[in-house]
Amino acid sequence: MSEQTEPATTFVPSGRLQLGVFFQGVNSGTVWKAAESGSQTDFESFRRIAQTAERGLFAAFFLGEGLRLREHLGRPHALDVAGRPDAQTMLAALAAITSRIGLVATQNTTYNDPADLAHRLSTLDLLSGGRAAWNVVTTDNAWTGANFRRGGYLDHADRYRHAEAFVQTAKEIWDSWDEGALAASGTDETWVDRAALRPIHHNGRHYTVDYLPRLPRSPQHHPVLFQAGDSPEGRNFAARQADVIFSAHPQYDDALQFRSDIVARTVAAGRGANDVKIMPASEFILGATSKEAQDKKAWVRSLQIGPQQAIAYLEQFWGRELSAYDPDGPLPDIDPVVEETSETRGSGFHGAKARELASTWRSEAAEKGLTIRQFVSARTSRGDATFTGSYTEVADRLQQYAVTGAVDGFNISPWLIPTGLDDIVNHLVPALQERGVYPTEYEGSTLRDNLGLANPARLPTLSPASA
Amino acid sequence: MTDTQTPFPPERGGLLLLDLDGSGAHPAAWRLDPAGPARSLLPQRLRETVLAAESAGFHAATFSDGPTPRNPSAAAHLDALQRAAFAAPVTRSLALIPEVDTVYTEPFHVGTQLASLDYVSLGRAGWLVAASADAAAAAAVGREHVAAPALADEAADAIEVSRRLWDSWEDDAVIRDVPSGRYLDVDKLHYADFAGRNYSVKGPAIIPRPPQGQLPVLAPAGLLAPEQVAAGAVDGLLLSAPAPGLLAAEVTAARAQNQPRVAGGPALIVELDIVLDARGQSASDRLAALDAYTPWQETRARFTGTAAELADLLAELLLVTDGVRLHPAVLDVELEELARLVLPALRLRGLLAPIHPDATFREQLGLSRPPSRYADAVTRATTAVPSTRGANA
Ligand SMILES: Cc1cc2nc3c(=O)[nH]c(=O)nc-3n(C[C@H](O)[C@H](O)[C@H](O)COP(=O)(O)O)c2cc1C
Repeated sequence: MSEQTEPATTFVPSGRLQLGVFFQGVNSGTVWKAAESGSQTDFESFRRIAQTAERGLFAAFFLGEGLRLREHLGRPHALDVAGRPDAQTMLAALAAITSRIGLVATQNTTYNDPADLAHRLSTLDLLSGGRAAWNVVTTDNAWTGANFRRGGYLDHADRYRHAEAFVQTAKEIWDSWDEGALAASGTDETWVDRAALRPIHHNGRHYTVDYLPRLPRSPQHHPVLFQAGDSPEGRNFAARQADVIFSAHPQYDDALQFRSDIVARTVAAGRGANDVKIMPASEFILGATSKEAQDKKAWVRSLQIGPQQAIAYLEQFWGRELSAYDPDGPLPDIDPVVEETSETRGSGFHGAKARELASTWRSEAAEKGLTIRQFVSARTSRGDATFTGSYTEVADRLQQYAVTGAVDGFNISPWLIPTGLDDIVNHLVPALQERGVYPTEYEGSTLRDNLGLANPARLPTLSPASA
Repeated sequence: MTDTQTPFPPERGGLLLLDLDGSGAHPAAWRLDPAGPARSLLPQRLRETVLAAESAGFHAATFSDGPTPRNPSAAAHLDALQRAAFAAPVTRSLALIPEVDTVYTEPFHVGTQLASLDYVSLGRAGWLVAASADAAAAAAVGREHVAAPALADEAADAIEVSRRLWDSWEDDAVIRDVPSGRYLDVDKLHYADFAGRNYSVKGPAIIPRPPQGQLPVLAPAGLLAPEQVAAGAVDGLLLSAPAPGLLAAEVTAARAQNQPRVAGGPALIVELDIVLDARGQSASDRLAALDAYTPWQETRARFTGTAAELADLLAELLLVTDGVRLHPAVLDVELEELARLVLPALRLRGLLAPIHPDATFREQLGLSRPPSRYADAVTRATTAVPSTRGANA
């Protein structure tokens, strides 16, 4: 509660950037075909990335989550990297061999219970000495529900209402132990002072919680909240609840626009203009020279989108087998089969008007003279999200983001595991430090310290425990 | 699992497991800790404890848990599975066995998390199955309370879900075939298609097959119905008796009821609370002092005495059981005596299985690495090599 100080209504750029690393585990961006590409599941790969990131003073190590394997034309999708460890289990292990980097777990609100998930996140926060974060995702479809005893499907608006109630309950759980609830020494009367704990009662539409929370607050009080949904509902949810947005807006002008949108929503929600940090998803392809970086980019792209990926990409929108088409020829002249179930499930693309899309794409490709492979490569190259250039060129571009406050940092997806951060940490980080826009040491020991976030005050809605 | 080759009695010695819970198993153990109970929640404390257990020569550590506090004077637990995961990169040989509930958890999450623990520990993970009978645990997640006879079915169903998920990727499903552009061979991925009494789980897993193929699953004797045990639901049973002198008879009775280990029957592990003479005080004085705060009401057999007497008792037990799980009254105090006097004496007598750094928990239990149940007969025959490690281990 801030009765004395009104929340700031004007955004003030910090002039600084933070970096995070997103070990994706399931995606088409990791070039598994390169000879130097390592295991996607061995602990050694995660250790290597996390420790390299920590050497580079990264604020966060980030893991995604997908609760059902992606499918393509009714079978598991074969062409992309797939299969990854559970985020929190992996992060608990990494907590033991890192000391400063934040540990961010993407966790779903639809297929978890608030009491259980809040407890596990508290554990991660305590085990890491206050370095845990939760990337709140709501992704949901009946198809994923088939893996869960609760099953379930929530429509879009309902999902966010549910997510918000869920997060609110988690915050109550995290706030439920007063300072000093635990006995300070062996001579105290009891292990924990029951009068200093608040039981949680919540009777919601989608879940009921009647729970006596089991853990005290961590050094950063409770896990940092990340949010990654881009719809208006998602943005409002972030403006009310999140500390950091993992955004899909890395391109400079777009980033500035997204910033002002989020500032407006945050202020409207009664929070300070600087209270929500923004870290877009991004990819870096770097070299000693501009030319070296461009050559590397061509090589990376050729490995990301091979002929099979190009065909499969179209198949998910056409909803039918297209293997008879030449990847180096024009786009298919046949029409898509329009069925929701024919999309690559789990791709996040739903309800597209497939026939319309196909004809737009056909004319676009014909106009530009693009083959299937060239067309798909252009569409999926994450052109917006990729920073290509020499270390100094890219450092200069990033400096501009820092100065204007377009973003607070970048969440980097390495395209190579486990060595994909090496050139960033060895060359880009020093170049950013020279420009004065990147930390030269960790600010503190918790993730909130390192992101410049204040420890949250207790929820005003909570009555004193003993009342 | 008929490919088990271990003869009984094990020629290679038995296993010692240590439960690492808070300040110790006695409800007043925390009173002897000058830092109070807060220390039991610190990562540094966990690191020191697992390292001490490993260097003492224990084969495995168990991590107790429960959806609601069992003991009003030890109200907080860090999540057991995450404690085990945290312990993984700081240890080399210790098997890591979290207690995980099957009634008020999502079986799909549990299976994924346990497989992940197996990855981060390079094949040293196990699962101590629990089935919460606690009404408060049901209320915490807004579910109907499940009472006694149904608990066995809840546990058996959740175990079956995990076992199917662990097999749902065959060992060589990740092919990384550059010419065909395929990362996966989808013919080697399988739907779990579990349809149980109360829920169903589709699969496949979202993580490749764990390094051990199947994690060893342990359960307290009596949790599952005899036919569920006979069907191979678990790899080990934890046996309790009211007094140390009755444990051997309990083992004999369980041997008679279960398949022999050579035929795939469960390993039998006995439970023992211990209080030792230590730091110039007799065990009974120490126990009396602790009980004066809070009486230790446990149904497990309890040993109270000297380290030498405990070594003799364990020597007898290790001749008939596959292992003993120790619950130390005060973790720091008992562990010091165990490390200094008890384990060296047992090792000298050749009663403990040798410790191999990097051995899997299955290897410790004498279990071979099973092929996936979904692999076709040809693949099964060629992959049923005893004690091989996972492709990713
Ligand atoms: C950069 C980014 C990363 C995301 N990562 C995940 C993820 O790992 N797992 C997941 O289930 N959803 C993920 N999402 C999906 C979002 O959480 C959200 O559910 C989805 O975007 C739909 O919400 P919306 O309609 O508000 O965008 C991600 C979204 C974005 C923008």
